[in-house]
Amino acid sequence: MEYESHHLSAAMQTGLGVYFFLVALMNAAFAHYCYRQRQDPVQSAIWLGVALLFAVHGVAFITHMDLVMPEAIKELVNDVMNPVSYFVIAVLGLVAFLVWRRFFTDPIVAWTILQVGLLFSGWSMTDYTFQQIITKPDNVPIVMLIFSVGFFTWLPMRQAIINDDRLARGEPPLEKLEEDKVLVWPDLVYTELICMVICTFALIVWAITLKAPLEQPASSSRIPNPSKAPWYFLGLQEMLVYFDPWMAGVVLPTFIIIGLIAIPYIDFNVKGNGYYTFVERKFAVSTFLFGFVVLWVVLIVLGTFLRGPNWNFFGPFEPWDPHKSVPLNNVNLSDYFWLYLLGDAIEGKGWLAREAPGIILILVYLLGLPPLLAKTIMRSYFIRMGFIRFFILVTLIQFMALLPIKMVLRWTINLKYIVFIPEYFFNI
Amino acid sequence: MAEPVAAGTIAEAGKAEAPAVKAAPAKPAAKPAAKSSPTRRIFIISTLFGSWFATAWTTFTASMIAMLLGTVRFLFPNVLSEPPSVVKAGSVSDYEEGKVDDKYKEFGFWVIRAKDERNRDIIYALSTVCTHLGCNPNWLEADKKFKCPCHGSGFRISGVNFEGPAPRPLERLAIRKTDDGFVLVDKSRKFQKEIGQWDDPDSYILV
Ligand code: FES
Repeated sequence: MEYESHHLSAAMQTGLGVYFFLVALMNAAFAHYCYRQRQDPVQSAIWLGVALLFAVHGVAFITHMDLVMPEAIKELVNDVMNPVSYFVIAVLGLVAFLVWRRFFTDPIVAWTILQVGLLFSGWSMTDYTFQQIITKPDNVPIVMLIFSVGFFTWLPMRQAIINDDRLARGEPPLEKLEEDKVLVWPDLVYTELICMVICTFALIVWAITLKAPLEQPASSSRIPNPSKAPWYFLGLQEMLVYFDPWMAGVVLPTFIIIGLIAIPYIDFNVKGNGYYTFVERKFAVSTFLFGFVVLWVVLIVLGTFLRGPNWNFFGPFEPWDPHKSVPLNNVNLSDYFWLYLLGDAIEGKGWLAREAPGIILILVYLLGLPPLLAKTIMRSYFIRMGFIRFFILVTLIQFMALLPIKMVLRWTINLKYIVFIPEYFFNI
Repeated sequence: MAEPVAAGTIAEAGKAEAPAVKAAPAKPAAKPAAKSSPTRRIFIISTLFGSWFATAWTTFTASMIAMLLGTVRFLFPNVLSEPPSVVKAGSVSDYEEGKVDDKYKEFGFWVIRAKDERNRDIIYALSTVCTHLGCNPNWLEADKKFKCPCHGSGFRISGVNFEGPAPRPLERLAIRKTDDGFVLVDKSRKFQKEIGQWDDPDSYILV
């Protein structure tokens, strides 16, 4: 695709130079840490080299050498990215993280990943489109979100692995060692007070430096395109792409809230109280990470950075062209069943007859699957939880799974609705 | 708890007696009623205001009810400054075949002249409210479709949905031609395709 090249502004180059110097400093500090704490001169030397590399970047940008990311890389990234690959990469990433958790929580590995990310982000900022989207005041919290969620997923997992090893050796978890308790007053209250002051300060600085993105008065003839929900609802907005508003806006959010409330009552696992562990709470931790990180945070990031005009998907370096047209054609399950499979006319059928295949499918899914699971792979759960708790657990998980299921069906066979009854505003 | 039951029984008795007593002189008939009323009144008053505690709750409840009623009152404003629902949208000859007129978008509709399924040349008014969640789609001339900026639903020029999550076609509005050749759109009447209302002659003008 051909588009005008925007010159990288001088201020931007200086800013990037400073950024790379800071990253270089970080690496120098890490090299120092490797040397002193880990007693590892080889690692230390490697990270000193990395620091040097970043410092060279810093010099190059600060002297305004007009470096930009090569077009070939941008095009490759744009081509690889689409809603399907993005979501699949996220899911595989989580699975890899859980399976090879020992590898990923190694500080050196984590640090390497972070540095690759920082290097890539820095270079990406030389792209006009990317820079425009990232630096929008609206989007700044999301950049912070990516890093903070990453860090706070990594940290407990690392603690968990240390504890799992200790438990395997028959030692108590780390948290159980620190027996002495602290007082609410002054210890906790003081900590809270300091946090409060820091947060207030940060918010004031933020409010002064990044102006609220106000727009012109609302008018139905000039609508922002794309029209985006507040960032914390972008996951819901993404869900609305696949569902009827009634499902994505009412039923599924209600299930999320009920499900969160129900967790303490359906959780029968008495282990893992008051300390980090993965092995003892595999099911709980994996389900939570899938529901929160993949189905919520990853979708927020998708909605913020990769959804452009007309809610089309745009690669990270693809200019937001309001005329981009992606051919889509969605077909309902009833159409597939009657028209394509049976070659029958769909008109003239009552809604019940027409939608019978979809309704049966949903009923089998909601009512047939729990007993099946109870008999097979989740047998031990069923025995320990009893009928009601097990049924609630499986139902909640099934509703959570509806979103990825619907996504896959949309991507693979362009399925629009499984049950489609516009007569009664009921679609699934 | 004994008191209300007593009051209730007396009242019941009074009621049951009433028809029989009707013909009789007024004095004996009034007697049971007169006897029950003060008891009940005292009971109510003592329940509501018998102690400071009861008085406080009563006042609180009363003020909450008053506030609620006051809020409900806001649902019925004294003046409704809504634009009239009937809009005059130019003359019939202004419209070209296959063109979407964006001029009336802020009034909530597009006026379109196009061929319908039966290949008749018609003018119709399409509501600008997406049937998914109520955003306002844009007409993309190059792609010949309406595209919603919120979740990407797409509609053909006829208003029929074909992509994205919108479950049903855009609604059409009542439209008619005046005797002097003008187009009048009435936004208060809607026509939905999925229940066959687009066949209603009020939903289009034959050119
Ligand atoms: S509101 Fe139009 S697609 Fe959701």
